[in-house]
Amino acid sequence: MSLVEFEVGKNASVPTAPLTVLREDDTADPALMPEVSDEDLRAIYRTMIQTRTLDERMVTLQRQGRIAFYMQSTGEEATTVGSAYALRPGDWIFPCYREQGAYLWRGATVQEMAHQCYGNYLDYTKGRQMPVHYSFRHLNIVSVSSPLMTQVPHAVGTAWAMKLRKDPYVTMTYFGEGSTSEGDFHVAMNFAGVYKTPTVFFLRNNGWAISTPASVQTASENFAMKANAYGFEGVQVDGNDVLAVIVATRRAVDKALRGEGPTLIEALTYRVGAHSTSDDPSGYRTEDHVSPWRDKDPVQRFQRFLAKRGLWSPEWEAELQERFKQEILEAIEVAEKTPGPAPETIFEDVYAEKPRFLQEQEAELMESLQQTKAEGAR
Amino acid sequence: MNIIQAVNDALKIQMRQDDRVVVMGEDVGKFGGVFRATVGLQQEFGEDRVVDTPLSEAGIIGTAIGMALYGMRPVPEIQFMDYIFPAIDQIINEMAKFRYRSGGQYTCPVVIRTPYGGGIRGGHYHSQSNEAYFTHTPGLKVVVPSNPYDAKGLLLAAMRQDDPVIFMEPKRMYRAAKGEVPEGDYTVELGKAKVLKEGKDVTVIAYGSMVHTALEAVTKAEAEGIDVELIDLRSLVPLDLDTIIASVEKTGRVVIVQEAPKSTGFAAELIALINEHALLSLEAPVVRVTGWDTPFPYTLDLEYLPSADRVLQGMRKTLNF
Ligand SMILES: Cc1ncc(C[n+]2csc(CCOP(=O)(O)OP(=O)(O)O)c2C)c(N)n1
Repeated sequence: MSLVEFEVGKNASVPTAPLTVLREDDTADPALMPEVSDEDLRAIYRTMIQTRTLDERMVTLQRQGRIAFYMQSTGEEATTVGSAYALRPGDWIFPCYREQGAYLWRGATVQEMAHQCYGNYLDYTKGRQMPVHYSFRHLNIVSVSSPLMTQVPHAVGTAWAMKLRKDPYVTMTYFGEGSTSEGDFHVAMNFAGVYKTPTVFFLRNNGWAISTPASVQTASENFAMKANAYGFEGVQVDGNDVLAVIVATRRAVDKALRGEGPTLIEALTYRVGAHSTSDDPSGYRTEDHVSPWRDKDPVQRFQRFLAKRGLWSPEWEAELQERFKQEILEAIEVAEKTPGPAPETIFEDVYAEKPRFLQEQEAELMESLQQTKAEGAR
Repeated sequence: MNIIQAVNDALKIQMRQDDRVVVMGEDVGKFGGVFRATVGLQQEFGEDRVVDTPLSEAGIIGTAIGMALYGMRPVPEIQFMDYIFPAIDQIINEMAKFRYRSGGQYTCPVVIRTPYGGGIRGGHYHSQSNEAYFTHTPGLKVVVPSNPYDAKGLLLAAMRQDDPVIFMEPKRMYRAAKGEVPEGDYTVELGKAKVLKEGKDVTVIAYGSMVHTALEAVTKAEAEGIDVELIDLRSLVPLDLDTIIASVEKTGRVVIVQEAPKSTGFAAELIALINEHALLSLEAPVVRVTGWDTPFPYTLDLEYLPSADRVLQGMRKTLNF
């Protein structure tokens, strides 16, 4: 095929319709239904509810001025929970900042997350990072960084190392469609293609990068097709269909484990809430952008599917809602009462050993604080 | 008027006068910027001159350079100075060096506006003061206003000269610093410091947000009978050395306040210059009050940032030497 004949968007390896399992009538397409036990189906739903409850509560806390900042994932729970479900514990996650569903699925506790959002001394990042910038070494979830896309080359490097060490694991990295405009995206995709690394690129296309719509980020027909230029497969999946997300992610993981290299998954979803608690979407979009997506809510859709299968009841729902609300309230109470990190901890973890100049600066800070305190007491 | 409104005003004035001016960046158009500094510009000047770009700092600065080479006057915004690094190659190796490496055939009059600094509960990545990377790069001018009057006048001056400028906006003071700003056109010359208060005991040098911390310290010092001379640098490159040296010769004692980490920061350069030009006037070693040599912490941000108390303690140290 000559370049002239090549039509954007008509590339054969990107199917025209996104992969979907949940049908209009709330049943699953039997040809595509992934093998997931009833117990797991309920556990997945449970984590989606837990994620949503956590988000709602944290946004409220921020409004009350009790935490400084928060980023909710409302409407995107299927992408994070479904994709994390398809991983094994030895697989590594390189998150963006909206993947709380994946953390909870992996076993992060709401208490750990509350400590982080309060930046107290029990926060694993020792109060050094803003809220939602989690780090869970014990869960193979790598520390969140605000600068966008920087985690994606790391995910390729770690996958490359897994391959070099012959370890049967993959890396999964999450990012928004907006950040694909950064150079790091293209750099990472290229290395992953060249070295056939066992990497799953999970792109949450939620329509918006703060106020900038996805259409500003690319002239391509979709994001999935970008993988083709780097020599591997890209797929689009209905990101509000948790079963479809599981299917797509499992395929990508299995393929990576067979040594067949990376996959780019573009999950079509929508950022129903504000970008962050610092954002006011009414400045750039109207409710009619949002409302069609409320009808496609991933939690509701999955709930109706479970109900049809007899795996959901209003009583169970009420119990979940109550349990998670309680869980978060208790976690917040503990986190709020936990003191912040001690001032001298500023100087820890800069280097493996504290150099002399930092020891001196530490002494200077402590002396200054003491002097201020003494004068305040006068 | 506050600093955001002053910046907005300057952009509007210049865009009305000069149709080569293009504002570009992440969320600057329809929304008017995450800090709202470009509100209303797209409505007035259209989508071709106030552009919501793809999310790529390297792309924003790289293409701004290309526009400038062709005679345009781009004023890109980098949403937070912490996010300038994807564009660092374009800024340091390209923008700064075009004039020199082409023997003066090509120039890059690009003014990069970017909010910097801590104290807004932003953690590592919404708090940094990165001026030293840029003051260390020959070919760049670095401007840091502390108040609305200067913000407007300096930005207008920056947009009317022919070198690339890093225009650092103190985000902590964006709304907090208010002041009288004349309507219409005026400029504040780049490379001229301002003596905010005259005094004879000790010179305090600051820029950007730290001017406000220093002002607080001055009030405390006066209560102790210390007569402070306070200098707001306003621009780091070019630097108003004459004003600094004249003050040092008068007071013999200096405290420099800098929010950025201590080692090899801009304060170190000021000390070197003072030593070169006024060593024999000094009565005491110059004191630096700075951020610590650590990444910017989240919870302990106030312990990290120079406080008025630390500035005051620094003044006492030079006086008791
Ligand atoms: C390098 C860099 N530039 C700018 C920002 C500021 N910023 C934070 S989030 C964001 C939008 C990201 O959109 P997208 O990648 O689509 O992810 P989403 O928020 O939709 O999940 C921007 C511009 C940043 N964090 N890092």
